[in-house]
Amino acid sequence: MAVALKSGCFLHFDKPQNRASLPPRTPSQLRTSSIKSFSPMAALTTAPTVGLSETFTRLREQGKVALIPYITAGDPDLSTTAQALKVLDSCGSDIIELGVPYSDPLADGPVIQAAATRSLARGTNFNGIISMLKEVVPQLTCPVALFSYYNPILKRGTEKFMSIIKDAGVHGLVVPDVPLEETEILRKEAAKKNIELVLLTTPTTPTGRMKAIVEAAEGFVYLVSSVGVTGTRDSVSGRVEDLLKEIKEATTKPVAVGFGISKPEHVKQVARWGADGVIIGSAIVKLLGEAKSPEEGLKGLENFIKSLKSALV
Amino acid sequence: MAAAAAATSTCSPSKRHHSPNLSKPYSSPSHLPLNFRKFTSRATRTAVSCTLARDTAAAAAVSAAVMQEAPPSLDLPRPDSFGRFGKYGGKYVPETLMHALSELETAFHSLAGDPDFERELNGILKDYVGRESPLYFAERLTEHYKRPDGEGPHIYLKREDLNHTGAHKINNAVAQALLAKRLGKKRIIAETGAGQHGVATATVCARFGLQCIIYMGAQDMERQALNVFRMRLLGAEVRPVHSGTATLKDATSEAIRDWVTNVETTHYILGSVAGPHPYPMMVREFHKVIGKETRKQALEKWGGKPDVLVACVGGGSNAIGLFHDFVDDKDVRLVGVEAAGFGLDSGKHAATLTKGEVGVLHGAMSYLLQDDDGQIIEPHSISAGLDYPGVGPEHSFLKDTGRAEYHSVTDDEALEAFKRLSRLEGIIPALETSHALAYLEKLCPTLPNGIKVVVNCSGRGDKDVQTAIKYLQVVPYRTTGKCAVALAVVLQDSNVLHPRSERACWAIQLSSAALTEYVPCTRGSEDIGKTSAFCGDAAAAMTTYPEKPLSTSPLIAAMELVF
Repeated sequence: MAVALKSGCFLHFDKPQNRASLPPRTPSQLRTSSIKSFSPMAALTTAPTVGLSETFTRLREQGKVALIPYITAGDPDLSTTAQALKVLDSCGSDIIELGVPYSDPLADGPVIQAAATRSLARGTNFNGIISMLKEVVPQLTCPVALFSYYNPILKRGTEKFMSIIKDAGVHGLVVPDVPLEETEILRKEAAKKNIELVLLTTPTTPTGRMKAIVEAAEGFVYLVSSVGVTGTRDSVSGRVEDLLKEIKEATTKPVAVGFGISKPEHVKQVARWGADGVIIGSAIVKLLGEAKSPEEGLKGLENFIKSLKSALV
Repeated sequence: MAAAAAATSTCSPSKRHHSPNLSKPYSSPSHLPLNFRKFTSRATRTAVSCTLARDTAAAAAVSAAVMQEAPPSLDLPRPDSFGRFGKYGGKYVPETLMHALSELETAFHSLAGDPDFERELNGILKDYVGRESPLYFAERLTEHYKRPDGEGPHIYLKREDLNHTGAHKINNAVAQALLAKRLGKKRIIAETGAGQHGVATATVCARFGLQCIIYMGAQDMERQALNVFRMRLLGAEVRPVHSGTATLKDATSEAIRDWVTNVETTHYILGSVAGPHPYPMMVREFHKVIGKETRKQALEKWGGKPDVLVACVGGGSNAIGLFHDFVDDKDVRLVGVEAAGFGLDSGKHAATLTKGEVGVLHGAMSYLLQDDDGQIIEPHSISAGLDYPGVGPEHSFLKDTGRAEYHSVTDDEALEAFKRLSRLEGIIPALETSHALAYLEKLCPTLPNGIKVVVNCSGRGDKDVQTAIKYLQVVPYRTTGKCAVALAVVLQDSNVLHPRSERACWAIQLSSAALTEYVPCTRGSEDIGKTSAFCGDAAAAMTTYPEKPLSTSPLIAAMELVF
C-alpha cells in the first residue's frame, strides 16, 4: 500500500528535490498578461510558473504546434516511466500527459486499458507515481499534465489530491469521465492550487455546449478527434477541420487534438487544420508496452517522438 | 477459512443451540461428529430458523425507529434535475456521451406522458410479457416460519419469475426497446452478468427487429453457457469481454465503450438502476409496475398494504421496482438483501452498501467496493447477477436516509434458500432471488404474528441449475440419513474443486469422518466409488496443506472401509 518505489532506479537521480515550481524557461513566461487573454479562469489563478497555457503562448509566438505525448505510469514499470518522461522531454515534447492507471478506464481503448492493467498488476499505486514525479519533474523542461479517472481523485479527496499533485510539480489535469456539469468542485480545487483543468469537447458536443466547455477549460481545450475511445485509427476524420474552426471562432484558447492520432502524417494533417497541439497516446503506449525490454522501448520511443516532432517542423 | 468464519458470524446474532428439528431435512449435518466450522455453521443456521420467537416487539420497535429517522429530503424529487438522489447519481461519463444522455432524457420525458406509448407498452407487457404477475401466498413457507405457538408472519411472493424470459428484467428491456424505436436507433447494445438481462434484451430485439449486441465477461460466458446459447438462438451477437476480470463490471465498461464509439446509431439498454442519469430513473420507472401491482393485489387479498418488502440487491432494479411505490408509505418496511459471498470479512463478497465506500463507477456516484487507491475491487457472489462492485444510486440514498435497510447473506445461505423454496413451494428461484429468500431466516423470527411480508421473486432458477449442481448434491431427505447428506457435501466438492484446494481439504476431512461413522449405510452405492477416488487425493492434499489440522486416523479408517 504505502510501498513507494520498489526499484532502486531513482537512487541515482540527481538531488531529489521537492519543488513546487519549475526552473525558469524562456523570457516569454514572464508575460503573464498573455495568459489572461487566453483564459478567463487565469484571472483567478495567479500562476507564477510555466503552465500549459503559458507553454502554448510561447509556442504560438514561435509559430509552432505543441507535441503532447501520453504514456501510462507504471507500464512496464515506474522506473521505465521515469526514463520515458526524460526521453520525451529531451526529444522535444512540449507537454507530457501522464496517465494514472485505473481499474475501469471507460474512455480508453484496448491498448491503454491493457497498459493500465499491466501497471496495476505490477503494483503501481498513486503514492509511487507521486514519488517518481517528485524525482523526475525537476529534471524536465516541459510541464506535465496528469490524466486520471475521477474515482481515484474522489477517494483521496479532491482538495488533497490537488495539493499532492501540485507538490509533485504537476501543472495540468485531465479527467476524462467528468463532464462540464460535474466539474464544479474539481475546478474550484484545481484553481486554488494553480492546476490547469483541461476540459474535453467532442464531435457529438452541440455548439452551445462546446462554447460553455471552452469557456471553462484551462490550459488548453482538448478536442477529441473522433466519436469513440482512445486508440489508433487509420486516418483522422475530416470533421476535425470543421470542429477546429468552430472552436476557434468561440475562443482564443489553444486547442489540442487527441484520440486516434498515431502517425507523423496525422500530426501534420491536424497541424495544417490549425490545431495548437496534437496528443498522441495509444501509439506510444503500445510501443513501450510491446517492447521486448524497457531499453528497447525507450529507444523506440526516442525515434518515434523524433519522427513526430519533425512532422511538426 | 475466512469464509467459514464469516459464514458463522453472519448468523451469530441469533445463534443458539436447539435440539435439532428432525422434520427439517437440512438440519441433519449438525449430527455429524465433526468440528468443522464450515459445515456446522450451515447446520446452526437452519436450526435457528424455526424456533426464535422472542424479541419481536423489540425488533419491531427498532424498525419503527429506523423509519422515523427518514429526513425531509425524501420529499424532494428523486432524482433532481441534475439526476441526483441526494449526492448520489449524476452523469460521470466521457463528454462524447453527454449529448446522447440528454437526448435520451428528453425522449423519456416526452414518452412518459404519451398515451400512445403507454398503450403500446402496456399491451406488450400484458400479452407478451404476461403481466400482471401474481402475488402468491407461500403457504408452506409461511408454515415453515411459524413458531411453536403457531404464530408467525405471512409470506407472499411477487412472481416476477413468471414473466416471459423468467425474470423482472424484461419489463425494462421491452420499454427501452420501444424507446429506441422512437429514437430511430436500430442497433442495440447491452451488458449482462448472469445472462438474464442479455436474454431479455435479445428477446425484445428479436420481437422488434433490432440488431442486438451483448457484452458478457468471458468468465461469465463459461459459467452461464446456457444463457449464451439462448441469446445466440434469439439472434443476438454475444461478444466476450476479456479485459480486467472478465465479469459484469468489465462487460459494462465495454458496453459503455461501444456506446461511446457508436452513440450516433446505437441505444444502450442498461440493465439496472445504475449508470449515468437518466438510467437509474428510467429503469426504475419501467420496473415500478412491480410495486404498483403489489399494492393493488395486497388490497384485493387482505385489504391492506404489505408490512415488509424484501428484495435482493445487486444493481438493485428489482428492489427499486418493488419499493418505489411504497417509499412514501412510511409504515412499510423496505429491506434490501446483498450478496455476502464467502462472508463479509472474507474480502470475497458483493455487499456494496454494507461494506462499500462512496465513489464513482460506470457514470454514477454511489457506494462501491474499492481499495485505498480508489481502484475498483472485484466482487464475489455465487449469483452472477449480484456479482457487481457498485449499486444503483437511489439505493445509496435510501440507505443514507434510513428509509430502506440493507442486509447481506452468504453464498451458502442463499443455496439453502434455493433448496428450501424448491422443496416447500415447488418454485425454483434464481440464485439472486435466493438471497432475498435467505434473509427470511433472520427476519421472520423477529416479526409479530400475521405480519405481511412480500418477497420479490425476481427470477426463476432454471438458469442456475448448472451452478447449483456444483455446490449442492441434492439427496432425497428423510430416507438416506445423515451419512448421505455428508457424502453429498463431499461429492459436490469432489466434482468441482481441485483436490488440493483449501476447500477440498475440508471436504476430505468431512468425508473421512462421515465414512468412518456411516459407511455401512452407503456401501454399495455408486457414490462410494467416487468418494474413494476422492479419498485417494487426500494424501496429496494433506501434503499440500500440512498446516491444516487434519486428523489422519479417520481418513485411513475410511479408506480401509472403502477399499
